[in-house]
Amino acid sequence: MWAFIQKLRSPKWFYAIGGKCQPWFWAAALGLIALGSVWGLAFAPADYQQGNSFRIIYVHVPTAFLAQSIFVSMAACGLAFMVWKIKLADMAASVMAPIGALMTFVALYSGAVWGVPTWGTWWIWDARLTSMLILLFLYIGVIALRRAFASLEGGARAASVLAMVGVINIPIIKYSVDWWYTLHQPASFTITGRAAMPMAMWAPLLVMVVGFYCFFIALTLTRTRSEILRREGGKRWVRELVEEGADGL
Amino acid sequence: MRAKRKQRLLIVLGLVGLAAIAVGLTLYALRANINLFFSPVQIAQGEAPIERQIRAGGMVKVGTVERDPTSLDIAFTVTDYVGDLEVYYSGILPDLFREGQGVVVVGELQADGRFRADQVLARHDENYMPPEVAQALEEAGYSPADFQTQRGQSDAADE
Repeated sequence: MWAFIQKLRSPKWFYAIGGKCQPWFWAAALGLIALGSVWGLAFAPADYQQGNSFRIIYVHVPTAFLAQSIFVSMAACGLAFMVWKIKLADMAASVMAPIGALMTFVALYSGAVWGVPTWGTWWIWDARLTSMLILLFLYIGVIALRRAFASLEGGARAASVLAMVGVINIPIIKYSVDWWYTLHQPASFTITGRAAMPMAMWAPLLVMVVGFYCFFIALTLTRTRSEILRREGGKRWVRELVEEGADGL
Repeated sequence: MRAKRKQRLLIVLGLVGLAAIAVGLTLYALRANINLFFSPVQIAQGEAPIERQIRAGGMVKVGTVERDPTSLDIAFTVTDYVGDLEVYYSGILPDLFREGQGVVVVGELQADGRFRADQVLARHDENYMPPEVAQALEEAGYSPADFQTQRGQSDAADE
């Protein structure tokens, strides 16, 4: 375990391992998202009340899951950077923020599009929607704060602190529908526990959720590797890599 | 070096802990305002202000929807199975509005205890099912709405 953490300190090691893993994650992501989209949009049954607008769930739920998971990963990276001074963690956190912001935006947008036919409104200031909007602002804040500092170190520290403090919003988003009266219904999709929908609807949703996670991992690997090259550009191993004309460049 | 790392960890955890306490206390203080709507029983107990824009929510009581055949006027009762609230409204309803369905109504509580709605929003629960399953349930003598309210009540009992 300790040896593994020590290895994580080495961007060179991560660059090599990440390069080996990323094609698999990209293939899984594209395959699963394509399969889930066709299955969910064309073959899964429509809902007895909502009809076909129910199918928005196949985009809404995976993006909403990722929006929250990415923020937690970003905060974990922030902790690793602040406490153990792992630079690689900060590189990963810096590339995760825009992906998370995009996922949050898509979740809010797909929710609004879904809200019009089902609820009768595209926006309401209920606890779930508002806490999700705060998450979007937190992502934008983390991105902006990092850029606001002239030094890399200063921006990294400020962004890490905001990510770690902002993680308090995640349980609020998750439990908002249980703690308060909201227009948004409680969670339908759980990995364990009772299923709120039959297998024919649940299975394509699971495929989409796993596919979106693979997409996030693949994109993070690819972007972190570029970030490593950008920050470690002057290091000897990078120059040797360029001279060799090694793969992935 | 080790001690320094521990110190940094404690500072970070302390900071996050303090922020969590601050947010928790704020939400606790605002708990009444974060709720999107008043339930009929809260209104019956006089917790809701009269003639000010508020939201009320609950289930549309089965058999209480009265439509005026010549206009868009509609009256129905919203219930939380404890208290009832009479609502009247004039306008277009969302597609999901029906008896036994959850709704949130936006409007003003009148002095006579009736609720004049300016907007009706449909709430739906977390259960989805294909039309064939819903039909099979009905043929077996259950309505999907019964099935869901029962489940909702058993959930409430779990808590």
